[in-house]
Amino acid sequence: MGEKLHEIRLTVNGVPRETRVPGRRLLSDCLRHDLGLTGTHVGCEHGVCGCCTVLLDGEPVRSCLTFAVTVDGREITTVEGLREPDGSLSPVQRAFSESHALQCGFCTPGFLCTVTALLRDNPAPSDDEVVEGISGNLCRCTGYQNIVKAVHRASELMGEAEGRS
Amino acid sequence: MKPSAFDYHAPRDVGEALEILAATAPHGKVLAGGQSLIPLLNMRLAAPAHLVDINRVPELDTIEAGGAGVRVGALARHAAVERSDSAARAQPLLRTALRHVAHPVIRNRGTVVGSLVHADPSAEMPAVLVVLGGSVRLARHGGGERDVPAADFFTGPMESAAEPGELAVSAFFPALTPRTGTAFAEVARRHGDYAVAGVAAVVSLDDDLRIRSARVACVSVGPRPAPLDVTEECGGRPAATVDWPSVARAVSLRVDPGDDIHATAGYRRHLTGVLAERALRVAAGEAADG
Repeated sequence: MGEKLHEIRLTVNGVPRETRVPGRRLLSDCLRHDLGLTGTHVGCEHGVCGCCTVLLDGEPVRSCLTFAVTVDGREITTVEGLREPDGSLSPVQRAFSESHALQCGFCTPGFLCTVTALLRDNPAPSDDEVVEGISGNLCRCTGYQNIVKAVHRASELMGEAEGRS
Repeated sequence: MKPSAFDYHAPRDVGEALEILAATAPHGKVLAGGQSLIPLLNMRLAAPAHLVDINRVPELDTIEAGGAGVRVGALARHAAVERSDSAARAQPLLRTALRHVAHPVIRNRGTVVGSLVHADPSAEMPAVLVVLGGSVRLARHGGGERDVPAADFFTGPMESAAEPGELAVSAFFPALTPRTGTAFAEVARRHGDYAVAGVAAVVSLDDDLRIRSARVACVSVGPRPAPLDVTEECGGRPAATVDWPSVARAVSLRVDPGDDIHATAGYRRHLTGVLAERALRVAAGEAADG
């Protein structure tokens, strides 16, 4: 009756974590239920909404379309791990807050992870590149206008920070 | 919305993967990127007893671009193939079409070969493989490998020639030949969604810039992406004087779309004609420049 459990080690937001999961445990459920990181939201659970997006070795992926056991040994960044080392908001988080790029906030963790990777790869995206970049994340509140603004604002903030350093 | 239980296998090399697939056939299913399989598992539309996860088989994570074409290993992600300049140089249709495959985040995980084996008639990569006349390489424990031409690989909606116990180890996309152009056009409700209709086109010209061959493969308008040869409809004319609307009409009359909640069969047929004209014109233009 008992399902076989697999011992896995993940580095989540820089912290080594160990847990035991059945083969069918989705990474989204592993993060939320096994590791207590409920910032990763689960919307559609079939890859459409993008709420569960996390960074796998820096690349945004759907945690609901990834088995935890598959990513044994890999590095995961969730929304909880996006903040600056001093605990303040990251430029992307700040820009979303300043630009009113969220209302209910359910989709926000997925957007933040997606946009963090987008701006790392393309620090000054055009409007089209922003829309393409966030096309896999659904928001039912904002109408996206302020999300697009926030991505541009985050790009500015990151540019300023680099200019200062 | 959670998968049912399965026995999980994580082979470290192709030999081990084939052994497990042979031992568990027909109850084993291969997991690569999982971007099509895991939704099916989550919704319990599929419930295999064994899952063979090939994500730890590095020898399958390959993209080899050469003079003959591009061989894509079973673990090469859409995003990696899309980013590969050598693959785009050898066969530009790969990158062109990959940009229509779902969203960037899905492409980070999904694999080209997985998309082929999934054999969804609404997917882009099967049509690309068919229009280019590529092939899929299947391996089986103790049985060596066999190459299945694209035209025989897709046998029906979500059905391919891959048999239980077989692993699709790679796919081959032939290179662009001189005086040949390719194009891809599709219409989706939202960018990144499944296409309501789509057309992949390849046009070759002779030394006098007359149409030597013209082929299309259509997305979402039949049980499988069938190659359609419209060379005859082009009448051996120079690309600039071909009656493209009538060639496109011929394409639209040879597809077999169905009705569903997204579009009627008639609308899909109409779109296929419109997209075929666009794709063929672009491909012919590129052939003339190439």
